[in-house]
Amino acid sequence: MSTERITKKLTFKTFRFNTETDFLPYFKTYEMEVGKDELVLDILNRIKWEFDGSFSYRRSCRHGICGACAIKVNGKPVLSCKQNVWELVDIFQTDTLLLEPQSKKRVVKDMIIDRSDFWEKHAKLRPYLEAEVDENPEEEIKVSPKEAEELLEADYCIQCGSCYYACPVVEVNEEYFGPAQFAKAYRFNADVRDSAKADRLETVREMGPGVWDCVKCFECAEACPKDVNPIEKITKLHNQLFEEGMAQDNVATRHAVGFKHSIVKHGILDEGELVRYSEGNIGVLKHLPEAIAMFKKGKIVMPWNMPKSKNLDEIKTLVKSSSKVKF
Amino acid sequence: MAKLKYALYTGCTARESTPELLMSTMAVAKKLGIELVLLDEASCCGASHLQDFDDFLSLVLNARNICYAEKQGLDMVTICNTCQLNTVLTKERLDHDEDIKSQVNEKLAEVGLEYKGTSSVRHFLYAIIDDYGLDKLAEKVEKPLSDFNIAAFYGCHNIRPSHVHYKHNTPEGYDPEIDEGGAMDGFETEEMMGKYNMHENPYNPTSLDRLIEALKGNSVDYDSKNKCCGFHADLQAPKTANRLTGTALLDAIDNNADMMVTPCPLCHLNMDVKQHAVAKEMGRDIALPVLHLPQLVGLALGIDPKELGLQHNVAEVNFA
Repeated sequence: MSTERITKKLTFKTFRFNTETDFLPYFKTYEMEVGKDELVLDILNRIKWEFDGSFSYRRSCRHGICGACAIKVNGKPVLSCKQNVWELVDIFQTDTLLLEPQSKKRVVKDMIIDRSDFWEKHAKLRPYLEAEVDENPEEEIKVSPKEAEELLEADYCIQCGSCYYACPVVEVNEEYFGPAQFAKAYRFNADVRDSAKADRLETVREMGPGVWDCVKCFECAEACPKDVNPIEKITKLHNQLFEEGMAQDNVATRHAVGFKHSIVKHGILDEGELVRYSEGNIGVLKHLPEAIAMFKKGKIVMPWNMPKSKNLDEIKTLVKSSSKVKF
Repeated sequence: MAKLKYALYTGCTARESTPELLMSTMAVAKKLGIELVLLDEASCCGASHLQDFDDFLSLVLNARNICYAEKQGLDMVTICNTCQLNTVLTKERLDHDEDIKSQVNEKLAEVGLEYKGTSSVRHFLYAIIDDYGLDKLAEKVEKPLSDFNIAAFYGCHNIRPSHVHYKHNTPEGYDPEIDEGGAMDGFETEEMMGKYNMHENPYNPTSLDRLIEALKGNSVDYDSKNKCCGFHADLQAPKTANRLTGTALLDAIDNNADMMVTPCPLCHLNMDVKQHAVAKEMGRDIALPVLHLPQLVGLALGIDPKELGLQHNVAEVNFA
């Protein structure tokens, strides 16, 4: 048996920027032979040890649990210590990989970014268990396996920020809490021992920073190295707002509820009526310029021509018998 | 090859604000000899908003839609990314959770239906690419699109989450060829990490670009092709939506796109109808024709632009 080590010659285009000394960021290219068992973290180490000692990045546990070493490779968020390099070569069908920090506009040095916004927002959602605990308990607080399942593995989050810096809303709306933060809020809201559910729901229902500003792009679900699936938790928070009677009467909640009104009436959506119902009779006026442009192009169906699904009676029956939530 | 036949779930927009999508889909299918049976019984998929309000109701309604494809013994195709995702997310849950499946079927029984899980659900884009075949499509091109730089805009719900995409938007029996890559043999990786394949990588999707090239067009390389247009926050967060739409449109324009193409009518509404509002938000002029996927295919196949509904596009399309 040959003991020769099989390697691939790969090129790493690496983001470099020292905010204290550099005028502009730049990319530096490193070439090396990479074995099949090497991880992205091994490459970061080799750049520092074999090429340039000034190269900076975060690393700590090396076991996919501290979340420090998350970066992006070819735009894909990865945990450096968990991501095999050859697999990336397979995925992207290339021998040139682009190493970048999670967020270029937050860079302090090379792969190291300032995560203060991530942590500040995190703290606002009470990311801890709030419970009245007897100081001298007679017995343990019991949580059944079924109750524990309700967390939907949201407690697996390691706060690496992969989802947060992949979220497009975070990029354009500075006050938006972000997917990791919502997943954490859900984690404690779903905990039967916790007593701060209502407080957290009050925080996440705010328009602007809250859950209603999610664009449902699934970038967070794709980015998470722990399969936490943050958007599922965001949906659960929406559900909790309605279930707990804490959903306020606003454009976002009416938009969600409006679907049901439309479906029961036509089967398919009455788009114009949905916008009117969501925005209200006055608010809807701001859509007038677009409505006129659409009308001119034959893109608006008049109420008297509104198509209906066949067998609409079935839909009416099912909406009546299957509805579980009230607004 | 046996004649291709599918049940078409049109979704709501194709019946209302984007009539050109349904027109062009039917015209292209006819030209290619693909038979599409309209599922006129289907309701709205809930578009992820009904799911925010009443999850169980959305499961029942989506299951009912699939029932009608099953009743005909046909696989379902969709022409809206959001319909596609909400339908397959329902399918995923029913096919893997007997408890929820029986709860849903209990309700469906009231109207004489039963969800079985026998029909696959795929976006029309992938039916064209994988079932019809790009080589065969290329042979049918009558008007090559070689004069145009075309920016593919994929739309989130066709490509993310990728494990869902991989399972449903790929042809049956598709087995990804992974080369000697280290991760696959002798190295334990999680299912989620080993899910990408040549078919579509959410960080570098290729299907639409390959389609454009089969039609002899020049596909534009730009960063925003797999990004979000913000449609689902249009009403409650218009600034967010306009900025996301604007970033993608300007990225395409700055990379010399003559037109954009998308398989999703919701992306299309933002990209096409809202250009004026988006330009205002971005502080730059925006004028870019945006085509639905079947409109682009139809033009290359030599179908009359009127039949493809180009007169319904808000941003003017000049195709001589």
